[in-house]
Amino acid sequence: MLINLRQLFRYRGLIQTLVVRDVKVRYRGSILGFFWSFINPLLLLLVYTFVFSVVLKGFRPVDIEPYALFLFCGLLPWTWFSSALLESSNSLIVNSNLIKKVLFPAEVLPIVSVLSHMVHFVLALPILVIFIVFYGKSLQLIELIWFPVVILVQLVLTIGLALFLSALTVHFRDVRDLLSNVLTLWFFATPIIYPMSMVPSAGKFMMDLNPFSHLAIAYQEILFFDGHFGHWKWLLVLLVVSIVLFMCGYALFDRLRDSFAEEV
Amino acid sequence: MKAAIEIDHASKIYRRYPYRRRFSTLKSAIVGRKLLGNIKNTGAFTAVNQISLSVAQGSAFGIIGRNGSGKSTLLKLVAGITKPTSGQVRVNGRVSALIELGAGFHPEISGRENVFVNGVMLGLSKREVAERFDAIVEFAEVEKFIDAPVKTYSSGMYMRLGFAVAVHVDPDILIVDEVLAVGDEGFNLKCLDKFAEFKRQGKTIILVSHGLPIVEQFCDEAIWLDHGKMRAHGDPRRVVADYLTDVQQSEEKLLSSEDQKVLEASQIDSENIDTTLSNSLLTVEEPPADMFRSAQGRWGSGEVKIINLSMENEEGPSHVFHTGMRMTIRIRVSAPKLVDDFVFGVSVFNAEGVCCYGTNTDIEAMVPETMVGDGEVIFNIEQLNLVEGTYKLDAAIHTRDGRSYDYHRLLYTFRVKSSTKDVGIYRPPHRWEFTPNICFRKP
Repeated sequence: MLINLRQLFRYRGLIQTLVVRDVKVRYRGSILGFFWSFINPLLLLLVYTFVFSVVLKGFRPVDIEPYALFLFCGLLPWTWFSSALLESSNSLIVNSNLIKKVLFPAEVLPIVSVLSHMVHFVLALPILVIFIVFYGKSLQLIELIWFPVVILVQLVLTIGLALFLSALTVHFRDVRDLLSNVLTLWFFATPIIYPMSMVPSAGKFMMDLNPFSHLAIAYQEILFFDGHFGHWKWLLVLLVVSIVLFMCGYALFDRLRDSFAEEV
Repeated sequence: MKAAIEIDHASKIYRRYPYRRRFSTLKSAIVGRKLLGNIKNTGAFTAVNQISLSVAQGSAFGIIGRNGSGKSTLLKLVAGITKPTSGQVRVNGRVSALIELGAGFHPEISGRENVFVNGVMLGLSKREVAERFDAIVEFAEVEKFIDAPVKTYSSGMYMRLGFAVAVHVDPDILIVDEVLAVGDEGFNLKCLDKFAEFKRQGKTIILVSHGLPIVEQFCDEAIWLDHGKMRAHGDPRRVVADYLTDVQQSEEKLLSSEDQKVLEASQIDSENIDTTLSNSLLTVEEPPADMFRSAQGRWGSGEVKIINLSMENEEGPSHVFHTGMRMTIRIRVSAPKLVDDFVFGVSVFNAEGVCCYGTNTDIEAMVPETMVGDGEVIFNIEQLNLVEGTYKLDAAIHTRDGRSYDYHRLLYTFRVKSSTKDVGIYRPPHRWEFTPNICFRKP
C-alpha cells in the first residue's frame, strides 16, 4: 500500500499536467470559455431556486433563509462529487488508447477526473463567497479552518470511490448506466435541498450511514448555519472511513490492473 | 554483454470473445481467487506461444511475420503493457514504445501543449521536456503549426510529432512497431538515422517491420514469428530469406487455387460451347463487343481448344516469378479436325488492366499451314522485364480474321517479384554510369 502511495506521489507531475490539460480542454472552443466554471453553478442554482420557490413552493423548508444560499452550500460539492464519479467511472474506457498502446499508470486517469472536477469546484467558490457577502452572512474564522479539511475528506472519499468504479466499469459496463441513476437517488437521499432537521427520526439512521450527508452538513454548518461547527466528530470518522475506502479501492484497482489492457 | 531483454517461455493467451465474462459475477471480480479465471480451450487464442529469447544490450533486433502472427503482442509484453499468461519477461532499462504514435495526443489542444503532456506521460519531467522541446519540434518538422490544435494536423504531421516525442524520451530500449509505414521517404530516412544514432549510443532497439530490407540492413538479429511461434531465429538475412520462401510458397498455393477456381467456372462455358457445336456448327460464341475492356472469361467456337496452360520458371511450374528471369508458358492445344487457319496469341495485363504486352503468330508473320490432333505451344520469355506486381494472362487461338476458336481472357494469374521497387509497367534492362566525382555510399 505504501509503495502504491509512493508511486502515486511519483506521478504527481503527470497528474498535474493532465489536470491542467483537462481543465483547458473543457471549455476550449466555447465563447464564454473559462466563465462557464462560474456560470454553470449559477444556472444550476437558478433552476433549483425556481423549482423550490415557484413550482414546489409548499415543499420548501420554512425556517431556512435565504434558501438559495443554503442550497448552494450543498449543491456545489455535490456537483463536484457526482460529475467526478460519472466521468472517472468512464475514464479507463475513454482513454483506452493510453492503456493499450502506452505504458501508462492507469490509476492516474480516475484521479485526474476527480481532481479536474475539484478545480471547477474551487473556481466556483468565489460565487459562493459573493452570495454570502450579498446576504450579509457572517462567517467565523475558527469554522473556516475546517473548510479545507472538509474538502480533503471529500477528495479522499471521491478518489476511493472513483478507483472502485473505474476498475469495475472495465469489466461491467453496466456500472456506467447504473451509476447515473444511483447518483440521482443519492442526491435526494442527502440533505442538500432540505436541512437535516427536516429528516424524521426514522430516517436519521440512514442519513448517518450516507457519507455524503456528513459532508453536506459540514459545508452547511461552516458556511450557512450560525453557531459553532458541531459536526467535526462525524467528519473525522468519515475521514477514517474514506481512507479505508481509498485503500480498498486502490487494492481492487491494482488487482484488476493487468486485465485492463485486454478488456478496455 | 548484459541482456537488455530476457524472455523465458512467455505465452499470451487471449480470449476470443471478450464479451463472454471473465468474471461471472461482481463478487468474483472483487474477491475471487483467480484473476485470470479458467480459460477454456474453446475460447482461447494463443497470440504468443512459448517464446524464449534474449536481446543483448545495444543490439537491434528485428521481428518479422505476417499479420496476426503475434508480433505486436510480443512487443506489448516487452513494453510491459500486458503481462504474459505464463512465462516471464525481464527488461533492464527504461522502455519507450512506439506502438501507436501520438497515442496520448488530445486533438483540441495545441501541438506545443501536447508535446509537454505526451512527454510527461512517457516519463519525462516538465523541465526535461522543455529542454528537448526545440529538438522535438525540429525533428518533427512542424515548427509552423506547433501552436495550432493537433486536430488540424495532417496525419503525417501527427505521426511525426508523436514519433519525435517518443524518441526524445531517451529510452534504454526503443520498441518500434511498424511506424516507418506512415512517414514519407525523407522522414523515414531521418528515423533510420535516429535509430542508427541510438545504436551507436549502445541502446537496444526492437523493430517490427514489414519492410524486410530495413530488417536485413539494420538489425543484428531477427526472429520470424508465425502463429505465435518462433519459426526462425538468428542472422536477419537468413531469417528474412526463410520468411520470403514461405510467403512465396503460400502465395503460389493461393494463386494456383484461384486459377483453378476461374478455370472451373469457365469450364462450364466451354461445355456449353460443345453442346451448341454439336447442335449447329454455325452458332459461334461471340466475343464481347469491346475486346480490350472485357472481364475474364472464355469464348470461341471450339474447333481448336486450349486444354491446359501452365507457367514455369527455371525451377518448374510456378505462379511467382522474379523480374528479369525466364518465364515459359506452355499451352496444350487440341484440334479434333484438321484446320489450316490458326493464330496463337498471348498477352499480359497488369492489375489495372493495362495491356503490358501482346503478340501473336500472325503479327509475327507466321503463316499457318495445317494443324491436327493434340499438340503443345511453348512461349518463351527470356527475361521477364516487368516491375513487381500481379499480372494476368490472355491466351487465345483464333483465325487470321479474328474469329475465336478458344479465347481465354485473363484466366491466368501470376506474380512478379522484384528486389527493387521501381515503378511503371516495363523494366528495360539497364545500368547506371557515373563520372568518378559522383559518389554513392557503399551498400
